[in-house]
Amino acid sequence: MGITVRNVSKRFGEFVALDEVSLEIPNGSLTALLGPSGSGKSTLLRVIAGLEEPDAGEVVISGEDKTRTPPQRRGVGFVFQHYAAFKHMTVWENVAFGLEIRKRPKEQIRKRVGELLELVQLAGFAHRYPAQLSGGQRQRMALARALAIEPEVLLLDEPFGALDATVRKELRSWLRRLHEEMPVTTVLVTHDQEEAMEVANEIVVMNHARVEQVGTPEEIYESPASEFVMSFVGPVTRMRDALIRPHDVEILLDGDDSTVPAAVDGVLHLGFEVRVHLRLSGGEDLWAQIPRRTARELDLKPGDRVHVRASRSRTFA
Amino acid sequence: MKARLALRSVALGYLGFLIILPVATVFWLTFRDGLGPFWSSVAEPAALNAFRITVLAALVAVVANTAFGILCAIVLVRHDFPGKRLLSALVDLPLAVSPVVVGLALILVYGTYGWFGSHLAEYGIRIIFSLPGIILATVFVSLPFVVREVAPVLREIGTEQEQAAATLGASSWQTFWRITLPSIRPGVAYGVVLTTAKALGEFGAVAVVSGRIIGRTQTLTLHVEDRFQAFDMTGAYAASVVLALLALGTLFAMNLLRPKEEKT
Ligand SMILES: Nc1ncnc2c1ncn2[C@@H]1O[C@H](COP(=O)(O)OP(=O)(O)OP(=O)(O)O)[C@@H](O)[C@H]1O
Ligand SMILES: [Mg+2]
Repeated sequence: MGITVRNVSKRFGEFVALDEVSLEIPNGSLTALLGPSGSGKSTLLRVIAGLEEPDAGEVVISGEDKTRTPPQRRGVGFVFQHYAAFKHMTVWENVAFGLEIRKRPKEQIRKRVGELLELVQLAGFAHRYPAQLSGGQRQRMALARALAIEPEVLLLDEPFGALDATVRKELRSWLRRLHEEMPVTTVLVTHDQEEAMEVANEIVVMNHARVEQVGTPEEIYESPASEFVMSFVGPVTRMRDALIRPHDVEILLDGDDSTVPAAVDGVLHLGFEVRVHLRLSGGEDLWAQIPRRTARELDLKPGDRVHVRASRSRTFA
Repeated sequence: MKARLALRSVALGYLGFLIILPVATVFWLTFRDGLGPFWSSVAEPAALNAFRITVLAALVAVVANTAFGILCAIVLVRHDFPGKRLLSALVDLPLAVSPVVVGLALILVYGTYGWFGSHLAEYGIRIIFSLPGIILATVFVSLPFVVREVAPVLREIGTEQEQAAATLGASSWQTFWRITLPSIRPGVAYGVVLTTAKALGEFGAVAVVSGRIIGRTQTLTLHVEDRFQAFDMTGAYAASVVLALLALGTLFAMNLLRPKEEKT
């Protein structure tokens, strides 16, 4: 079940925002849509929510074709990047909104809103207005508001984008726990690969209006399908024609026929790891990230002559 | 320190000479001999009738221009269509054109010999030189205010809150009443104040279309002028005071409508 997106295209005037995008999001998963700015992530999310109508293709939610269903009847919870809090309503009224629209009994609304505010840790803030909340609190309120209607899918557009680093980290692990407690099919948009890796159990990498790759964080990191994915989801350096992760660059004092001679350009201590800048005999630059212990054993100094080997590298056509 | 004092004196002096002094003088002259003369002037049939017509015209203008003003603002801000700039310019027309010209134009269209009025006349409907004409002129001249106050507020609040309401299940109608309207309330309130002020104070357009039939088609402003021409100063001042009080009442009522957050 979950969400199926089939050959969805969307143009804004001449500009192609989504180009025949197909996607399968399993029921109960927490999926991240990852990609650079302008790659079409928000547009795809809005198409799933019904806030944007695709020019072609279809959207199936829980086995039902919802392509022409208006957002009101899609059973989708949407959290906007800038919260979209109802400014003239208190936190309580914001969260109760969807239930009141559905004309649920007063008593039931009271109970459910109370539970949700407890869940998002805003129980003491029920009577405040959004303007009196911090960014993180506003974000949690928006989440509670979306969860109130018991959506079949929860869509989050850069939910932590506007928050500072510490709050982001907190909210990420909080969201993970929340999803374990309430496994609603969740799609989260982000352009931060670390966030995607940390939160999601499935990552969809997008670029230029297309899906580049779908997989678990490990698959995406270890077996990227394209040069773009490889360089987007982690640091890369180049050795001849191959792309390589800096921690897959081995530095050896003695060479053999699998190694390439290089000169040390500089050594940077980053705490747990050490970054070594190298220059290959052909004049190309390359860098390696090695554990502190290895670095100490090698005792590298600028100007040293060493040999490097790529323990795993990839070449893309 | 000195500079601040000077700035304040200039501002106060300006307001003092242009607003406080004349208004205070009118009040003083009205009540100089106590409430008696004021009451008898106000209770005259002509004055009462003018009061009734003014309030009625202002009410219709406020209701119509609030409803259509909000609608026009939504269309101008949220919709894209050919001719949008023309519509936007059209909204400002009543401000740009002299009220006297507006009055004449209304006569040309709705007058007994006008191309539309002549048809109405066959059915015995009279617009010019009667109440409908006065109302029409008042609505016309006070049309732009709600649109112009609401449009920027709409633009500023954006569409995200409305979209959020939609995903939560609210129909367009529910979204309008529960989300859009409360958000634009400050703009609407100020627009209503300006609309009321213009409707109460309109002179030129009404003077042309009303025919100024004493006791029948006179508004308060026309009544003031009529009393003034007749050297009935007490009557003129009394009616002016009533106009001023109506305006103050509107301002006060709108203040009560300010959104909750701003009050705390
Ligand atoms: N309503 C619109 N009208 C015109 N162009 C649009 C509209 N919405 C999006 N676009 C364009 O479509 C492209 C994709 O936009 P989208 O918002 O999906 O990107 P995104 O991947 O979410 O980027 P970001 O990370 O910056 O939010 C962008 O180039 C954007 O300019
Ligand atoms: Mg986006």
